[in-house]
Amino acid sequence: MNYISRSIVRLYCTKPRVILNRKYLVPKYPAQSTIDARKLPERTKIDANTIALLERLSLVDCANRQSIETLEEAIAFADQILQVNTEGVEPLVTVLEDRPLVVREDEVTEGNRRAEVLLNASVVEDEYFVAPPGNIPLEARENLLHEEEKCN
Amino acid sequence: MDKLLLSNIRNARKLLHENYITPKDLLNSCLTQAKDTNHLNAYITLTEDEGNKQAKQSLERYQKKEATSKLDGIPIAIKDNFCTANIKTTCASKMLENFVPTYNATVYEKLLNAGAVLVGKTNLDQFAMGSGTIDSIYDSTKNAWGYTEDDYYIAGGSSGGSAVAVATGSCFAALGSDTGGSTRNPASYCGVVGLKPTYGLVSRLGLIPLVNSMDVPGILTRTVDDCVLILNTIAGHDPKDSTTLTKPYKEILLPSSGKLSVKGLKIGIPKEYHCKNLDKEVLDTWNDVAKLLDENGAVVKEISMVNTEHSIVCYSILNQCEVASNMARYDGIEFGLRADENSSTEKLYATSRSHGFNEVVRNRILTGNYFLLTKNYEKYFNQALKVRRLISNDFYKAWEDVQVLLTPTTLSTAPKYKDFVKKTNRDQCAMQDFCTQPANMAGVPAISIPIKLSKKGLPISLQIMGRNLSEPMILALAKYIENIVKFPGVK
Repeated sequence: MNYISRSIVRLYCTKPRVILNRKYLVPKYPAQSTIDARKLPERTKIDANTIALLERLSLVDCANRQSIETLEEAIAFADQILQVNTEGVEPLVTVLEDRPLVVREDEVTEGNRRAEVLLNASVVEDEYFVAPPGNIPLEARENLLHEEEKCN
Repeated sequence: MDKLLLSNIRNARKLLHENYITPKDLLNSCLTQAKDTNHLNAYITLTEDEGNKQAKQSLERYQKKEATSKLDGIPIAIKDNFCTANIKTTCASKMLENFVPTYNATVYEKLLNAGAVLVGKTNLDQFAMGSGTIDSIYDSTKNAWGYTEDDYYIAGGSSGGSAVAVATGSCFAALGSDTGGSTRNPASYCGVVGLKPTYGLVSRLGLIPLVNSMDVPGILTRTVDDCVLILNTIAGHDPKDSTTLTKPYKEILLPSSGKLSVKGLKIGIPKEYHCKNLDKEVLDTWNDVAKLLDENGAVVKEISMVNTEHSIVCYSILNQCEVASNMARYDGIEFGLRADENSSTEKLYATSRSHGFNEVVRNRILTGNYFLLTKNYEKYFNQALKVRRLISNDFYKAWEDVQVLLTPTTLSTAPKYKDFVKKTNRDQCAMQDFCTQPANMAGVPAISIPIKLSKKGLPISLQIMGRNLSEPMILALAKYIENIVKFPGVK
């Protein structure tokens, strides 16, 4: 094939692709999102009961107005995952699932650092850690949605 | 000396070996450099006493001609979420502000055994939750690039202190941790090399856990060769970490850059990594390097990893769930901040935790516990675990076609602090971790290397990922690229 006809072939058949490929080895345009925004569930509203429950589970008594909003945002963000088809897919808990973990012999190899370990505790009595009375459930705060609730 | 501080480990080792300098001189220069760059706030603690002791021992080994390790006398820094015996380890939190571990993290122990000298413990986002190193009780770390007194760019995070320490020459290498990109992200913004090794290759014992199934110690250095030296020192099975791989670690030896070739190397460009927030300059750099490799004989092809988009959402759910569980250990009784509260144990726990954790940590705990509620467990947590498998499968599929992947590390160059803080922590992470967290989901190794400076004079970096335990390959490719692009480094 002579030069001209080769040029014509290129011009007519392959030019755009060849040039695009030459210039762009990476995708020129962003990948389109497959999340359908219209099908996302309605935004979850967190009620006072849920907050009381979460605070009891989390043992942080700081769900103020702003952190409730942050929680609702986080849920809305997470809702996108509901659109992924996972039928027949097994959960992946750890990437080491295909091998047994090696455990050591149950032998003492080091330790005997009682004094140093106890130094990290704020309150000790003799060789004991000290805790206030147990088995008293955490009471829900009054006014769970109070705007002025300050932390720190 | 300044020139030496920004040089590589081999040069420093040579000067130590030939008695031009002593380990103490080298440590003191690093400490001086750390103090001169104090305004960038890379360190939480400078460990002068400990370092001097180590430098003295190193000198003795050199004098007796027993200094055989390639790291003997080399100053290093460690992120402040790795336990160091008798040196406080704070996680940049009020909770652990006064915590002094009784043992060394295995990685630190291995570095000490190799004769390395500790300069200090570096700054991070509280409990490594962040991508800016702005959420620390010791104030934010500032990027050295483009710094002026009244305006600065973020260092990235959460290992921002380590990245800045390496970039500015106050140490030759630093350890970070990497759960979703915490080593590679600051490496990218600060113009240094950042490696996230294969999950299980490097021990996590003594790394204060964030997400157990994704955490790995990371390495930050100025050159790829230095990164290899550190990896060779810290990798391998640890009887004290059951999640480390038992296969004996084979030391990596890279040929000199002149002998490296990419001929026939199959490089994948996953098209989904071009997401809508990708900066044009980063895109162009990605393309330039792809072209460069193509011209040198590599087979560069576009591939598809369809679940990439879901990865960040999946990561965010799993992260918060594991955080909720992991943070349960902090109750203020055995260690950590204890509130002045004596009415009940539960009340003491709740008050200590409310005072000891910042808002980001508390919110992640609350959100994690929400996803773990019986009514939500299947809907969110288990669904996320299933999506995690799809993401991991995307990688396995990719390896049928290509040997390595080339992608951006971060979507842009370092943002300005004042712009960054306008976004919430979750939005910051959702954007900044887009390209980095899939590797953690799948456990595969990934490295970020600086390529060039943007028009504004900020580092632009790219990421290379490979299959499990392909560190020799991705490091070799990184070295090949490093030698061609000749990234300038901080002046």
